[in-house]
Amino acid sequence: MSQNEHTLNDSHGHVHRDDVGARMGMWLFLFTELLLFGGMFLVYAVYRFQYPDQFHLAATELNTGIGALNTIILLTSSLTVVLSITALQKKNKLLSVLLLVITILLALFFMANKYVEWSTKIAHGIYPGSEVLLAKQNGEILFFGLYYVMTGLHALHIIIGVIILAFMVVFILKDVITHDNYVKLENGGLYWHLVDLIWIFLFPLFYLIQ
Amino acid sequence: MSHENEKHENHSTGYGLYIIVWLALLGLTSITVTIAGIDLGSYTLFVALTIAAIKSYLVISIFMHIKYEDPIFKVFILISVLTLAVIFLLTYFDIIYR
Repeated sequence: MSQNEHTLNDSHGHVHRDDVGARMGMWLFLFTELLLFGGMFLVYAVYRFQYPDQFHLAATELNTGIGALNTIILLTSSLTVVLSITALQKKNKLLSVLLLVITILLALFFMANKYVEWSTKIAHGIYPGSEVLLAKQNGEILFFGLYYVMTGLHALHIIIGVIILAFMVVFILKDVITHDNYVKLENGGLYWHLVDLIWIFLFPLFYLIQ
Repeated sequence: MSHENEKHENHSTGYGLYIIVWLALLGLTSITVTIAGIDLGSYTLFVALTIAAIKSYLVISIFMHIKYEDPIFKVFILISVLTLAVIFLLTYFDIIYR
């Protein structure tokens, strides 16, 4: 069915295009990301089961306020990405670019919060291998190890997402992505939503256990 | 041809639905933060994960357009989530009966 999506290109005659196939390819990639983070959540689950009290104790060190703020920022950035696609479909190129730029700014705001959060922890001597951390109990060491690896890998995805979205802005401005050919923007958006989805689970599991 | 294509395009005629979903996501976030402050004992984790699952459903079905995609996309997602669930379940039994 997806083979049937043809478009007529004025200058080059008949050009074949398969948007459904392109989105499916993106989804297959997202499933590998799901397994990558799924494996980490599995490690988290096992150690939380083994050291429930120490996980609760360690989690009280995290700043719920910053976590909640970052959740709101990411949810809002997901909205601006999806609105950017709608704007482009409505042939509103300027609004589409503007919404993508807002998304990128929200992502940088997220990273700034993450920087403040991590540097506060590090200033308190809590970082992998530090004397303060190694003096704590096993469960607490594991909690902070997982915290740094999982939020760190997530932050890496945010940085990659910002780069992808920046390319989308350039593509729209250069008319590579247009109102009737925007599957690249859709796939970039899918990646961004995945980053949001992972945070939806990271937030309650790390910041909301009291 | 145009059947899927239309379906894929039709939904995106307005901004309204996305804003409603965004508001719902913010609402669920404030609920999950509020509930975390209340001691529900062993239900705390269950409630937090249920709310996270509802949020994920909203993001996947509306923001990621799965509601309007070909059904094969839903099958793919179901298989990958079930695979993850099986891995978690087998590990769980390994841990509790050790």
